[in-house]
Amino acid sequence: MRLTTTVNGEEVTREVEGRLLLVHFLRDHLGLTGTHWGCDTSNCGTCVVWMDGEPVKSCTVLAAMAGGREVRTVEDLADGDRLDPVQQGFMECHGLQCGFCTPGMMMTARALLDRNPDPSEGEVREAISGQICRCTGYSTIVRSVRWAAEHECAEREEASS
Amino acid sequence: MQVPAPFEYERATSVDHAIGLLGRLGGSARLVAGGHSLLPMMKLRLTDLEYLIDINDLHADLGHVRVERDEVRIGAMVRHRELLESAELARALPVFAEAERVIADPVVRNRGTIGGSLCQADPSEDLSAVCGALDAVCVIRGADGERLVPMDGFHRGPYETAVGPDEMLTEVRIPLHPGGSSAFEKVERRAGDWAVASVAAAVQVEDGLITGARVGMAAVGPDTVTVPGLSEALRGQRPSEELYTHAAEIAARACDPATDTRGSADYKRHLAGELTRRTLRRAVAGTEGKA
Ligand SMILES: Cc1cc2nc3c(=O)[nH]c(=O)nc-3n(C[C@H](O)[C@H](O)[C@H](O)COP(=O)(O)OP(=O)(O)OC[C@H]3O[C@@H](n4cnc5c(N)ncnc54)[C@H](O)[C@@H]3O)c2cc1C
Ligand code: FES
Ligand code: FES
Repeated sequence: MRLTTTVNGEEVTREVEGRLLLVHFLRDHLGLTGTHWGCDTSNCGTCVVWMDGEPVKSCTVLAAMAGGREVRTVEDLADGDRLDPVQQGFMECHGLQCGFCTPGMMMTARALLDRNPDPSEGEVREAISGQICRCTGYSTIVRSVRWAAEHECAEREEASS
Repeated sequence: MQVPAPFEYERATSVDHAIGLLGRLGGSARLVAGGHSLLPMMKLRLTDLEYLIDINDLHADLGHVRVERDEVRIGAMVRHRELLESAELARALPVFAEAERVIADPVVRNRGTIGGSLCQADPSEDLSAVCGALDAVCVIRGADGERLVPMDGFHRGPYETAVGPDEMLTEVRIPLHPGGSSAFEKVERRAGDWAVASVAAAVQVEDGLITGARVGMAAVGPDTVTVPGLSEALRGQRPSEELYTHAAEIAARACDPATDTRGSADYKRHLAGELTRRTLRRAVAGTEGKA
């Protein structure tokens, strides 16, 4: 079937099988290997991307279901050389070790901060509760997201004063 | 790598279109809503279908939560997250938010729908217990129009429902009672997991007497959407700890859990009773000062 969808702001059209999963479409057909593929059973969350603005586990969405919708992947977080504050937070606070879970964690974190710019530690933990990290023990991920939140709050205050 | 078997993908543009496609394509076609139960089954090749009909575009028609005077109407495409976040629903039936907070995880909740949850008829589905306790009515639409099936008769066994091969669930209707309240409790091994056991209870109390009570359970047997005999045992009684203990015994007897990695059958039976006691206690407390 012919699939047309928007990925990171660009419209793409490809011939795909109906059974192709979104995660494989992104990685194998578009070469966007930032999105990782782990458990394949909607448990680990490393495959999280946005569809129409909301985080989804792309191993449990068909590429065909993304037709006509907007997909955003981790490749779109940075603005040129300028890292997203969430990415910067992960750097500052040691939010990753092996990095396998990181793309999913960052996409969920970005969505959280867009809806709730100043989440509590508990709210951050709740947001990433469907995602697994085998390295960090989560504390540094939570700290990274909080770093981004504080950084963005400070930036907003500066801009408004 | 898990890959579903090949199929043709179709996208429904309206409820009538979906029903027309189901009628034309016959038993080899299946609807997909959130896909968070069906796609995992397709990956494991536990389903055989030739056509998959995507109904996600029907969210505009079936994505409503409408609180009316004597009932709440919830469209089949309402997603878990919307049930969790609807302020209107939280005022009318807070039990939904209570359950949704512990159904799967936030990212899964962005996709899964109430329609998919009820139609999956997985005995562990928490929303089935909630809808069973609330005495919900399922609106099923086919080529010849609508029919209403109460939650009691909606599940025909694990993974089987009253929805025919060329029909679909469009709405869930929940009666509202003055003096009514409800509660949900779930025991899970870790955040986001399926229940070891979960229980929902709904009660109505008038002049200090229970005028209606229902309990629904999940993960403790093939068909526990409502606990039989419990309503009869509680109706007309004055709420008390002894009464909750009696109800807990009825619930524990009614369940038929299996030992698995989530726990032993005995433990789950114990939970069924204990969670029945706790949800009834909280539901009754919730009615105080209401009617
Ligand atoms: C990691 C994970 C954890 C989970 N944890 C929990 C949990 O703790 N508690 C819980 O209750 N659930 C849990 N779930 C299940 C989740 O709630 C699913 O979203 C839900 O079971 C199915 O909803 P869906 O919209 O994704 O349905 P789908 O997968 O799209 O469909 C399920 C079935 O229903 C049929 N169907 C869908 N919509 C309709 C309709 N309108 N009319 C007729 N048939 C229809 C489909 O054909 C299919 O047979 C979990 C799922 C995952 C992936
Ligand atoms: S690969 Fe999708 S959740 Fe693990
Ligand atoms: S950094 Fe290794 S899994 Fe999270």
